[in-house]
Amino acid sequence: MAVSKRIVLHFPKRLVNRPIVSRLIKDYDLEFNILKALVTPEEEGLLVLELSGEQTEYDKGIRYLTETGVRIQSLSQDVLRNEERCTHCGACITICPSDAFELDPLTRQVSFYNEKCVACVLCIKACPPRAMEVHF
Amino acid sequence: MAKTIEEINEKIKQGKAVVVTAEEIIGIAREKGVKQAAEEVDVVTTGTFGPMCSSGAYFNTGHTRPRIKLGGGKTLLNDVPAYTGLAAADLFIGATALPDDDPRNKVHPGEFNYGGGHVIEELVDGKDIRLEATAYGTDCYPRKKLETLINIKDLNDAVLFNIRNAYQNYNVAANTSDKTIYTYMGVLRANLGNINYATAGQLSPLLNDPHYKTIGIGTRIFLGGGTGFVAWQGTQHNPDVPRTEKGAPKRGAGTLCVIGDLKQMSPRWLVGTSMLGYGCTLTVGVGVPIPILSEEILGYTTVTDAEIFGAVIDYSSDYPNMKADILGEVSYGQLKSGKVKLKGKEIPTASLSSYPRAVEIAQTLKEWIINGKFLLTQPVAPLPGVESGITFKPLKERPIEE
Ligand code: SF4
Ligand code: SF4
Repeated sequence: MAVSKRIVLHFPKRLVNRPIVSRLIKDYDLEFNILKALVTPEEEGLLVLELSGEQTEYDKGIRYLTETGVRIQSLSQDVLRNEERCTHCGACITICPSDAFELDPLTRQVSFYNEKCVACVLCIKACPPRAMEVHF
Repeated sequence: MAKTIEEINEKIKQGKAVVVTAEEIIGIAREKGVKQAAEEVDVVTTGTFGPMCSSGAYFNTGHTRPRIKLGGGKTLLNDVPAYTGLAAADLFIGATALPDDDPRNKVHPGEFNYGGGHVIEELVDGKDIRLEATAYGTDCYPRKKLETLINIKDLNDAVLFNIRNAYQNYNVAANTSDKTIYTYMGVLRANLGNINYATAGQLSPLLNDPHYKTIGIGTRIFLGGGTGFVAWQGTQHNPDVPRTEKGAPKRGAGTLCVIGDLKQMSPRWLVGTSMLGYGCTLTVGVGVPIPILSEEILGYTTVTDAEIFGAVIDYSSDYPNMKADILGEVSYGQLKSGKVKLKGKEIPTASLSSYPRAVEIAQTLKEWIINGKFLLTQPVAPLPGVESGITFKPLKERPIEE
């Protein structure tokens, strides 16, 4: 059975420059489509992928990634803002690596664009009133 | 033109007072000139909404049957220890108190999900709070254990008492080290990766009355969504710092100690807050009305973000080591643009206090005054100014000798 999933890969600093993803193609015959790639303030590499292939190979590929030390997160994790709790301080703006927060220069209200979010979860604990929430 | 507070109150009662916010007055004075603006405007309202750690609340729980002496024992509110060094049924809870079993920074950065500030928020929200107490028992207070739910509506007294709020100006925080640091000024990324600041700037109470000409002990204020009073100068009140020509301090300077009935406040304006790797606190809304008694006083309220400067401090070494060095001075106008240039680098900026909510406070206070619901008070004593000779001293450590 063929599967196709959207996942976020977190590469610790020591793995950032290793050709890990290319082995997924060679050894497990998986196809991928990079949706987003960036480096967080902690210099962790972040790759948002659409990964597809045969279920058995897919599972092996995921196991390989986990064993090398890559942390995998499903993009079905949705980061949402609790509008009641958000005070529009702006502390999240410089935390988010993918510019999902935007400050209105006039009203100084902070908008959150969920579609830009790569679910890195950095804002969850950095938001002082804890207005950002992960939903599964 | 000099007006008095009584005259302004008379106008408020008649529904004739002209009230504007500290943001609105900037444009009005620009258009009409300070002289005419001072004649027309009676009150300028200010506001600030940010994390303020020296906040807390005290309660009287009422006595149990048989009686228990909470004083000198141990009392937890939703697992957070309250201060019991008071009489039998009086308690104080501080915003930064943590449950005994909170892991704190054992795994750094600690999360600090729940503390005293959150207890205050839930209490104000009308939620039941778990009170668990142990006491040593006396002839007149025999009981040794108490476990009960309490609710703000049943408490005899519930009073917000913040010994330091509304800093007149504040440090601007950066990090020159090569790793991310977690501070009370938020998450600061390595190598000057970001800059955080915390003030409402041109809307902030004490920046609109830089020499404390109207704000004093006894001034009625907006506090936590209700009304309160300035009780004293806040701790660390330090008026004698470098100032701009118009009087705005360029460093943290004056502070306010404020008090008010918690029962009429709201959780929208008292928000339990968690600073990653630092601790818990309470985000507090404070708004102060400034009576326009003279042209000079109006002049101060026209201050803009571009005219207020803060010192950028390195929180990776200078701040923790109590060094007076600064990385530079920047205006809040620059900080609010989203980027500042420092050490040849363009650095993104973020705020920890909420400007939109500060605007809402100033607007709310304005409406209260316009609708005659809020009268101004004459301070019973001024806050100490530069002439007071107050200085802010470090702790001089001395060895303890037996
Ligand atoms: S840090 Fe949290 S409260 Fe502040 S603007 Fe961002 S989401 Fe809202
Ligand atoms: S989880 Fe938060 S910090 Fe991470 S990308 Fe989404 S919005 Fe930005």
